[in-house]
Amino acid sequence: MNRYALWKYLVILIAFCVGGLYTLPNFFGEAPAVQVSPARASAKVDTATLGKVEEALKAASLTPTLIGLENNSLKARFETTEQQLQAKDAMQQALNPDAANPAYVVALNLIPRTPTWLSALNAAPMYLGLDLRGGVHFMLQVDMQAALTKKLDSLSGDLRSALREKNLRHNGISREKETILMGFRDQATADAAQSLMRDQFPDLVSTLSPQGDEVKLSASLKPEAARRVQDQALKQNITTLHNRINELGVAEPVIQQQGLDRIVVQLPGVQDTAKAKDILGRTATLEIRMVEESSEARLAEVGSGAVPFGAEKYLDRNGQAVIVKKVVVLTGENLTDAQPGFDNQTQEAAVHLTLDAKGARIFKEVTRENVGKRMAILLFEKGKGEVVTSPVIRSEIGGGRVQISGRMTTVEAADTSLLLRAGSLAAPMEIIEERTIGPSLGAENIAKGFDSVTWGFVAVTAFMCLYYALFGVISSIALAVNLLLLVAVLSMLQATLTLPGMAAMALVLGMAIDANVLINERVREELRNGAAPQTAIHMGYDRAWSTILDSNVTTLIAGLALLAFGSGPVRGFAVVHCLGILTSMFSAVFFSRGLVNLWYGRQKRLQTVSIGTVWKPDATTQDVIAKAKAE
Amino acid sequence: MEFFKIRKDIPFMRHALVFNAISLITFLAAVFFLFSRGLHLSVEFTGGTLMEVSFAQPAPLEPMRERIAALGINDVQVQNFGSSRDVLIRMPAAKGSNSAELSNKVFGSLKEMDASAELRRTEFVGPQVGDELAIDGLKALACVVIGIMIYLAIRFEWKYAVAGIIANLHDVIIILGFFAYFQWEFSLPVLAAVLAVLGYSVNESVVIFDRVRENFRRFRKMNTVEIVDNAITSTISRTIITHGSTQLMVLSMLLFGGATLHYFALALTIGIMFGIYSSVFVAAAIAMWLGIRREDLIKPVKKDGPDEDPNDPNSGAVV
Repeated sequence: MNRYALWKYLVILIAFCVGGLYTLPNFFGEAPAVQVSPARASAKVDTATLGKVEEALKAASLTPTLIGLENNSLKARFETTEQQLQAKDAMQQALNPDAANPAYVVALNLIPRTPTWLSALNAAPMYLGLDLRGGVHFMLQVDMQAALTKKLDSLSGDLRSALREKNLRHNGISREKETILMGFRDQATADAAQSLMRDQFPDLVSTLSPQGDEVKLSASLKPEAARRVQDQALKQNITTLHNRINELGVAEPVIQQQGLDRIVVQLPGVQDTAKAKDILGRTATLEIRMVEESSEARLAEVGSGAVPFGAEKYLDRNGQAVIVKKVVVLTGENLTDAQPGFDNQTQEAAVHLTLDAKGARIFKEVTRENVGKRMAILLFEKGKGEVVTSPVIRSEIGGGRVQISGRMTTVEAADTSLLLRAGSLAAPMEIIEERTIGPSLGAENIAKGFDSVTWGFVAVTAFMCLYYALFGVISSIALAVNLLLLVAVLSMLQATLTLPGMAAMALVLGMAIDANVLINERVREELRNGAAPQTAIHMGYDRAWSTILDSNVTTLIAGLALLAFGSGPVRGFAVVHCLGILTSMFSAVFFSRGLVNLWYGRQKRLQTVSIGTVWKPDATTQDVIAKAKAE
Repeated sequence: MEFFKIRKDIPFMRHALVFNAISLITFLAAVFFLFSRGLHLSVEFTGGTLMEVSFAQPAPLEPMRERIAALGINDVQVQNFGSSRDVLIRMPAAKGSNSAELSNKVFGSLKEMDASAELRRTEFVGPQVGDELAIDGLKALACVVIGIMIYLAIRFEWKYAVAGIIANLHDVIIILGFFAYFQWEFSLPVLAAVLAVLGYSVNESVVIFDRVRENFRRFRKMNTVEIVDNAITSTISRTIITHGSTQLMVLSMLLFGGATLHYFALALTIGIMFGIYSSVFVAAAIAMWLGIRREDLIKPVKKDGPDEDPNDPNSGAVV
């Protein structure tokens, strides 16, 4: 009765082999490496890049232990960190001849020392979370309201020029919260404006309402259009963050959308966390507006009058007030590039901007109509605007190439251009969660997690072997197999291992032994009640099974709830917890039974089972139980 | 080896009232401390900034407090963490201030004081995230409670579900009571531990209920009290050994896991201790008082015989 069919042993053997194979990569550790990835969308990492790198390394007489291309990035592995640093410099020089405008990100990294035959099987070590390897984690919240109002502002600008083109006269266009309001003198014009809006602005819905002697036309974004705007804003912000992080030179950054309006950024292994925060935290948006030139504005500029209607007051870098119109001419969306440089004539530090086609057209129009007037370039950071510069337009500027100069140092020019190039954001973002873990703490956490699991494991197995003799040894082997399978599954899934995850691993081992304790106690009980050894083993496993199932299901319910609602550290815990429960069902019941069957199953006349002391109560109690059983 | 040489069924249920009274008093004390002292919530829930800085030599806290106060940051807690060389700084969430600037500023100032300062970790959580985490935590708790109750109700019967969940929720409250009384920091990992304990200690009740059901089937002459006593007695060795094993693991975390896992392991320890108590003495007793019966669990099976009376205690018995 205690025999397994051959296929069951095969299942066990296969699970054991596969588990062992996929656990293996975790033992090889990591080696210093240099990773190259494209810094711009136009740059490609391909065999040509590989050739260049190999050449450069040969010239520097460095031999990587492994070099290869993978997902549009190049990785070269080295024996020592010294070689790694030399190689980085060599590769940097070979790939980025123009240091001010790098095409590639050359970053230091640690990559697993997994042998190639294992990598060929897709076996890779577990991915270590930030708390174990050190690094920075940010969660940013995108201000979607701002994205919407920004879109509406730019739409009302477009509306204004469209109405002018059609010669439809209006009494002003303004935005109130999320609606654009327009006044028209008569019904006919308002109707014409509405039909124009229907044709050219499919994103807007409008309603007409006569009000006194004018007809009001109010327009708002359609829900689906609003959703699209938000979606695009988020995507653009993610792209922008990518660009900014490329400037940082991080090997494997993670930038992901979370929920509807959040972005998670993880920069493993970043040492200079302050700089990372600084670059990410700069949530700048760029706007180009006209300076209000009326006499009232002039008075307001020197502080002796109110800011006129339709204008706003901002300070420039020297604290000088500038009164600019609320109407936005261009935003950072239309900016494709920004580079520091020098003015051709004055040799002053300058920033050269390149605009896209739409931006170039608008810019040309605006500069043609406003020669001699002042234009302001504003940078918004954290909701606060600052006038970067407010030059006088000397002539029409076409071709989309703009130069900003005046009152700037070279450092400022480089800074401004980095900020502009890294992209202005579609909507402002705010860091709402931040976690920085120093590399030394990460290494310490690994050691602590490892120690916890090891010593806990040793203590539990020592106890089991002492208390349950051979059955205890089998239980301990099953527990070890559970750990093996759990690590294998985590490695296969490339799940992220965190310190809470390691805690979950220890906890799950402590809980998994429960199944074996249940079984062993049951077997002892059957023996105590006078069952024959083979029957006792059979009954023990059989009866314990329903209990094990019940208790594992309840634990799993808790695990799944944690997985569903947990975030950050809790999630890491929950993943390991749930997987551990599942693997424990296999190892503690199916696998340990296999071992028992293998050992005892073939012995027909089994007299004793090595399961520690089977203590029998004295005869009177025995009688009670016997009587109870008979009934 | 055998630790449990029990000759007769221990009459646990004779003292059920006493056990439940003890349980109730602990529970009320926990609730009292929860309300009077409240939980010392970590930065994750309250929002704010947390910095861990380590120095080469033991660092005096007072000058650090003065330095940070001089930066114009109020309500700052500075305390040692693990050793006298490690310092934990907690700053409340300030509206409109940039977290990056804040921690950089503080760290810069500390570095000025002692050049050996090393920033081990920082954590900033905005207030909106904190609220969300608290709500998600409660949702998870509700989900676990409902899920387990449904499962127990399907596997056993509603009375067992109610008894099981009361016993185990009371564990949760007691863990929280400990955290409130000692003002230990309640962080996300602790929340995870609490929920894990809930799932784990329901196990215990399940094992006993399972035995109760089995006994109802096997020992037809016993009354409910005897059945419950027998079920507890025959599972007690397993209960203690299992919890002992789990506790060994948790102890190992407590000893080797360092400060990060300290409260996590502590919550589990309390949970495991009270888990034993509550499932052995509380859950079974409540189930008993709710009036569990043999007939509820053993559905009358349709027999071939035309006039089987399901209420006949000898029905189906083969002599």
